[in-house]
Amino acid sequence: MRDENYQTQSQNTDGYLDMELLRFTTAGSVDDGKSTLIGRLLYDSKSIFEDQLDSITQASERMGNVETNLALLTDGLRAEREQGITIDVAYRYFATPKRKFIIADTPGHIQYTRNMVTGASTANAAIVLIDARNGVLEQTKRHAYIASLLQIPHVLLCVNKMDLVDHSQQRFEEIKADFEKVAEKLDISDIRFIPISAKDGDNVVEKSEKMTWYNGPTLLHLLETIEITSDKNYTDKRIPVQYVIRPLRDEYHDYRGYAGRVAGGVFKKGDEVAILPSGLTSKVKSITDFEGEYDEAYPPMSVAIELEDDIDISRGDMIADPKNMPNATQEMDIMLNWMSEKPMTPGAKYIVKHTSSEVKCKITNIKYRLDINKLEIKDEGVAFELNDIGRITIKTTKPLFWDSYKRNRITGSLILIEEGTNNTVGAGMLIDPNE
Amino acid sequence: MLFFYTFVVLKSAPESIQEFMEKYAVKHLRELEAESIFVIREVAAQFERPAMLFSGGKDSIVMFHLARKAFWPARVPFPLMHIDTGHNFEETIKFRDDLAEKTGTKMLVKYVQDTIDAGKVVEETGFDASRNVLQTVTLLDGIEEEKIDAAMGGGRRDEEKARAKERFFSHRDDFGQWDPKNQRPELWNLFNGRKNMGEHFRVFPISNWTEMDVWQYILLENIDIPSIYFTHKRRVFKRDGVWLAEAPFMKRRDSEVVVEKKVRCRTIGDITNTGLSESKATTLEEIVQEVAATRTTERGQRADDKRSEAAMEDRKKEGYF
Repeated sequence: MRDENYQTQSQNTDGYLDMELLRFTTAGSVDDGKSTLIGRLLYDSKSIFEDQLDSITQASERMGNVETNLALLTDGLRAEREQGITIDVAYRYFATPKRKFIIADTPGHIQYTRNMVTGASTANAAIVLIDARNGVLEQTKRHAYIASLLQIPHVLLCVNKMDLVDHSQQRFEEIKADFEKVAEKLDISDIRFIPISAKDGDNVVEKSEKMTWYNGPTLLHLLETIEITSDKNYTDKRIPVQYVIRPLRDEYHDYRGYAGRVAGGVFKKGDEVAILPSGLTSKVKSITDFEGEYDEAYPPMSVAIELEDDIDISRGDMIADPKNMPNATQEMDIMLNWMSEKPMTPGAKYIVKHTSSEVKCKITNIKYRLDINKLEIKDEGVAFELNDIGRITIKTTKPLFWDSYKRNRITGSLILIEEGTNNTVGAGMLIDPNE
Repeated sequence: MLFFYTFVVLKSAPESIQEFMEKYAVKHLRELEAESIFVIREVAAQFERPAMLFSGGKDSIVMFHLARKAFWPARVPFPLMHIDTGHNFEETIKFRDDLAEKTGTKMLVKYVQDTIDAGKVVEETGFDASRNVLQTVTLLDGIEEEKIDAAMGGGRRDEEKARAKERFFSHRDDFGQWDPKNQRPELWNLFNGRKNMGEHFRVFPISNWTEMDVWQYILLENIDIPSIYFTHKRRVFKRDGVWLAEAPFMKRRDSEVVVEKKVRCRTIGDITNTGLSESKATTLEEIVQEVAATRTTERGQRADDKRSEAAMEDRKKEGYF
């Protein structure tokens, strides 16, 4: 049994093997000090190497900056450095003795909504930045809405540039109250407020001496300690079958392993399971990988499962719990973010990619588009253009096995692909009409 | 099909929340491992003729180890491909051949020398001559020859800033080029590998790993690596502050004196541009400690990245890994 590897580690090198992984997203524009904040997190947590620092110091001097511009650490592509903007999602890595972090760094302007949605799709937490001088703006609402839409469990609202409002507690409380009003309309389970100054480093890694009225944790402390294990779904057993392993070797002649990543629930040896679409049932015979067997399989493990009975199963099928099955329908409602420069063609066919299955679909009804700055419905029945978010109905050629996105981010998400160009043109989140 | 609509909510067993979280908290190396295995299986499922690029370096070794896990107890269902510049450390080549034999994996080797002999590229001359740029042509030819539709590579996003924006599934046009401004959005764990005739994909299963993660994983899984990663005696000379290995095809200036040093490789590339560091690390544990204490990035020692600020971005656009 190698299950202990998923829990505690005996060969502990400075706790490195005992760390959790936290993925967070930051949305914001240059003006909010987002790049400075990330630079600060990397710099103060000693995650910047000497040669990286040398290279951005030189670049800063060439560009005529007096101080080293920490923002250059995150603006990687030549076009971005030349124009001083962030145009894509960039991934950054750092670690503290407590956790390893992956930052999905995205631009914040409305024309980059699709990039924000992309960055948010895999995040456990979102940092939303507010300039203390400006308070809650349209873009704050937009960033918070995207976090809510993508069901990011934790939102860390950083009121930045506190140094420019005399570190005023009153200003911080005003902004907090304003944002709480916005949040009432949203679906965010955990919101934290932190007054910071990214430029000076106040309350980012070290506690601020200028804001003694703030008793809460620093941003880094929150990132290190917010509870993320319970954000996963351990209730609804789901393994989308990704690949069937047939060794075709004498010693494993009869082995047939159904490979996939656990999308929800805890599978145990001996558990009764049902296979979709056939509806046939069997029992879990073994859960294996490379060198051994596991007692249990749970998110986010990639495993291979053997079943007691010989059933015809292939990629795109779903292994689930006969007492708790996913929805299986050919018509469903989704919240959609349109990602292509080319507007949606109503009635046209698109390819849907959902878990490990690929089917064709037709957009049968465009319900509404949202104004994500005002958080209200903009219009009904109008075809989506780049960055639009709203609700539509699709009809697929075969049933999908799905849960609502609220319940499961893996079995509840899909992408739309345009035939011909094969571009990914839409990101959809499934809605359960009964919820 | 009516019963599919039934929706039963099962509460988890009544254990304390604390116990529950301790039991199911996944450590970061296992989460990275699960993600990479998922990506490798997606490649095997979505493409007809995938291959895994193998350089003999630690990243490709870890990637291949993950591939073996992904398909166990079956063999890895695609070949490995090595772009051989001819400027290798001998130890790497022996390691490569042993590994292919031991695991029963097909190893395709494509030689930069053949590309030069065919007159497709002109060898660089001078002291800093390197075949690093030339190998892109050999790689693209190899992909075309073998009709490879997805080439997996061990690139990591933490290596270099142009790589930080790379996708797991990176689409290449029929000239093998990368267009960083026109990449497909990549959401959740839904990887779009659809393509038209003549196009191919580069796939980076260990995108989210850092250098430290790779070393810790090698230690955790006790993975074999070439001996030159450990400290050994070697004849070296210094150029631009970096120790380089003496080799028959390495031109030296008169001022570049060969001395014997105790060194090891932090990355393995061509002999011509792989900097060696003075080190005492002779075990994996010591390497991990050394990496943790180091204050420069591993690519900081690679002459190929020092050529210009956007060197990596330019090479990648042309089709480099």
